[in-house]
Amino acid sequence: MIPAPFAYRRAGSVDEALSLLAEHGDEAKVLAGGHSLLPLMKLRLAVPEVVVDVGRLQDLSYVRDEGDAIAVGALTRHRDLETSDLLAREAPLLSHAAGFVGDPQVRHRGTLGGSLVHGDPASDLPAVVLAMGGTLVARGPRGSREIPAADFFQSLFETAMEPDELLTEVRIPKPQSRGWGFEKFNQRAIDWATVGVAVSGDQRPAIALVNMGGTPLRATAAEQALADGGSVADAAALAADGTEPPSDLSASADYRRHLARVLVRRAVEDARGRA
Amino acid sequence: MSILGTRVVRAEDPRLLTVGGTYVDDLREPALVGAAHATFVRSPVAHARISSIDVQDAREAPGVVAVFTGRDLDISPSPPAPMVTAAMARPALATDVVRYVGEAVAVVITDERYQGEDAAELVMVDYDPLPAVVSGEDAVRGETLLFPEAGTNVAWTGGAEQLDEHLFDDCEVVVTQVIDNQRLAPAPLEVRSAACAWSDDQGQVTLWLSTQGAQAARDELQRQLGLEEGQLRVVAPDVGGGFGAKIAADPETAALCAASRRLGRPLRWVESRSENMIAMTHGRAQHQTVTIGGRRDGTVLAYRIEVLQDSGAYPRESSWLLPILTMNMASGVYAIPKVETAARSIVTNTTPLSAYRGAGRPEATAAIERAMDLFASEIGMDPAEVRRRNFVAPDAFPFQTPSGITYDSGEYAKALDTVLEAAGYPDLQEEQRRRRERGDPLQLGFGLSAYVEITAPDNAVGETGRVEVGADGSVTVYTGSSAHGQGHATAFAMLASDELGIPMDRIKVLHGDTAKIPKGAGTYGSRSLQLGGSAVHEASVEVVKRARHLAAELLEADEGDIVLDRDAGRWHVKGAPATAVSWGELAQQAEGDGGLAADSDFSEERPTFPFGVHLAVVEVDVETGAVRLVRFVSVDDAGRVVNPVLTEGQRHGGIAQGAAQALLEHMVYDADGNPQTGNLADYAFITAAELPSFELLPMETATPLNPLGVKGIGEAGTIGSTPAVQNAVVNAITHLGVRHVDMPATAQRVWAAINEAKER
Repeated sequence: MIPAPFAYRRAGSVDEALSLLAEHGDEAKVLAGGHSLLPLMKLRLAVPEVVVDVGRLQDLSYVRDEGDAIAVGALTRHRDLETSDLLAREAPLLSHAAGFVGDPQVRHRGTLGGSLVHGDPASDLPAVVLAMGGTLVARGPRGSREIPAADFFQSLFETAMEPDELLTEVRIPKPQSRGWGFEKFNQRAIDWATVGVAVSGDQRPAIALVNMGGTPLRATAAEQALADGGSVADAAALAADGTEPPSDLSASADYRRHLARVLVRRAVEDARGRA
Repeated sequence: MSILGTRVVRAEDPRLLTVGGTYVDDLREPALVGAAHATFVRSPVAHARISSIDVQDAREAPGVVAVFTGRDLDISPSPPAPMVTAAMARPALATDVVRYVGEAVAVVITDERYQGEDAAELVMVDYDPLPAVVSGEDAVRGETLLFPEAGTNVAWTGGAEQLDEHLFDDCEVVVTQVIDNQRLAPAPLEVRSAACAWSDDQGQVTLWLSTQGAQAARDELQRQLGLEEGQLRVVAPDVGGGFGAKIAADPETAALCAASRRLGRPLRWVESRSENMIAMTHGRAQHQTVTIGGRRDGTVLAYRIEVLQDSGAYPRESSWLLPILTMNMASGVYAIPKVETAARSIVTNTTPLSAYRGAGRPEATAAIERAMDLFASEIGMDPAEVRRRNFVAPDAFPFQTPSGITYDSGEYAKALDTVLEAAGYPDLQEEQRRRRERGDPLQLGFGLSAYVEITAPDNAVGETGRVEVGADGSVTVYTGSSAHGQGHATAFAMLASDELGIPMDRIKVLHGDTAKIPKGAGTYGSRSLQLGGSAVHEASVEVVKRARHLAAELLEADEGDIVLDRDAGRWHVKGAPATAVSWGELAQQAEGDGGLAADSDFSEERPTFPFGVHLAVVEVDVETGAVRLVRFVSVDDAGRVVNPVLTEGQRHGGIAQGAAQALLEHMVYDADGNPQTGNLADYAFITAAELPSFELLPMETATPLNPLGVKGIGEAGTIGSTPAVQNAVVNAITHLGVRHVDMPATAQRVWAAINEAKER
């Protein structure tokens, strides 16, 4: 429960963080809220040589209205998402889901950017950003680039981020329709989702799944069925199509597929109820 | 007016909630200045021969003071339980064979704690793998033996040697069920910890230990370390929970003391949470086969329980005490004419088992209470009604059970009626019917558990108490019992205050220091108040008697005319309160004569038997299998209540812990003996978010066995709540054809049970 030795560098600005990352490359890990990285380090499952702490970059913590999109700073804590009036009004799926991450302590420390770049398919917010069609803004030595969420999550704990890049912002387009739904199924309130579902939209919604494979996934077959005017029940029956969910202590793959079907049905029904 | 029975807030809390307690890791005693830190190297494999241990690299690592293996330290093995073959003894550090993942094979001593974590990784142990014995069936089959010299993996057998094939001959209905009472991790908030310092000439050693019983730990460690009586002083500072797993001294503690002696340097050991989960003893782990039979009118005629107790790699108390307590309490609150019990304890390549909140009694209650529901379901009778028909009647006490145990007192039907009334039982039945009719995805279930348990089962061992009045009129209470969250400082001060008429804030309660309290048993088996509390009460009565004698001398009056004004805390002659003497004056008077003090060593003629009825209400999402506990109503009658704040605290914690076993907790091993739930992310302890507010109903039936009329309450909540919640889950889905769901009733298990029933 004690991490292996590592060097600690605190970044005072985004530029300093980038130069530290440029200097240490692959050997460095970025520390934001610490709720994914530190447990792994304590169990010595992660043994970075250098930890670059960006936790004090206050200028990366914000929720801003930018017309047809909401811009969220990468270091915005879950608690700030959960309690943001702007998000509650313009992107309620994100603020609602943020209230289900971990427990209050985790939500006061963990950040949106940290959750996304960690690339854990069991995390809630990656699927939410995917369902909402978000864009991730990464800064590196070559400047900024925008990565659609659909291209961001590549495999288990692997994202499109380069080792010398820092995620600075997440842009969420304002939803076109009012409907949304979110289902998180877990054993205990503090647990990761056994399976989760984020639905953005109502008649032709985007549906993203939590913990149904190596990355957050779109339930494309179910989406297509709804787009084609199929019933919610019929569409939901397709929710697990094409997925390869993990089998672990909390759930077998079969049980996860079953949960995905039930939860997609409920989340879409909720979304339509809200529309 | 007596203070007993009133809601006195805990005297411990202001300190614990503000500056915090002083646990082993917080100790800054002069004797511990410069203490080095111990880190244990633990086996990553379940069963293997150790072909070599290379400590060279570790010795050269930064901050390393020393590295010791079992061969370096002279420690006698821990003997197994008294009735188990000596071939199953346990070395403090494994030398030839490791028998479970987490067993300590070496200890690394470093200047700083973190250095130990790095150096421990450099100890190279060559393991020559042996087949792992994990399941009960494998252990019984005995193809691989953990202790070849023992010739068997069976550590102990008890109960009937031959099952009576006619036991159920008169029964119209017989139901059998195999039940898994799963393995749990105690996981106290404070992990195991110890610090030790030898005197310069090594003649004396002080050990600060997170323990439930300093005196028992002293005796065991003196033996293991080859010390003379009186050489070892054990001090328990604040202890952050134990649940039974801190009753004895663990092998790591003996190794710590031996290493400290070798180095002539104080040492401290505080394990990590990951170590705690696999190296502290586990609890439960009983595989049961229960059979119940009776008539269709609801009368139970015969009951049998066969127990297969997993003792883990080294049989301790677990191997015989747990199954004996299970067998003793087999028939619960029911007058069943024929009861048969049989038990076997086995060794497996898993963490050793020991006591855990209830220790054998929750397993007994879980079995009989599931059996009652199965029987009720089979004959189509309401489970409350079946229970009522078979209760031991109130006029039958003292009641001797077929297991040969004598229950002291009980009012079982009254407890049941109280709970049913408060819960609105008919309304629950009606609501369940409505939901079933409309096919609601959220089905309602309610489960009952009527329990009786044995507290202070080692009644004859007794407990010590001493009450001393100081020259300033303050009081010191010494108890052999040992607090680790229960509230002794409050309850025992109340008992002394009530007799002496001295306010509680002038009374200090001391425990857990063998220098000050050489004789004591400690805290376990829900014994503290009835034995330790009665000892304090008796000593207080004796002090009052001596004080009366002294006051008579001072006031030049007959003892019969001397009055203790308990409100004022002063003594005077009857009718003449103006001339009074204080406690302090009496204590000064007694100074030349051993002081104003009295000792007591209180034991009971028999154990006591608290009882109660729990009712759990759950909602089961039949589409996902998810269970939500929505209500919990209980009567827990532990005799006379000294302080409702303390008993309610025990009930809250106990009910939560029982619900956790029923719904969530399970220490899981894979087929190779690798623990799968070795941290608190995977091992699902329960949190407030999963629990409703509990509806606790009062009931007090005094016991005649001690002067306070009290019974134990520490374990009752766990014993009662576990089967109530399990029964509620099954009850919610019986209409779908489900008959039984093993614990923990996780969503996946419930979903699978519903699916299986559909397919039948």
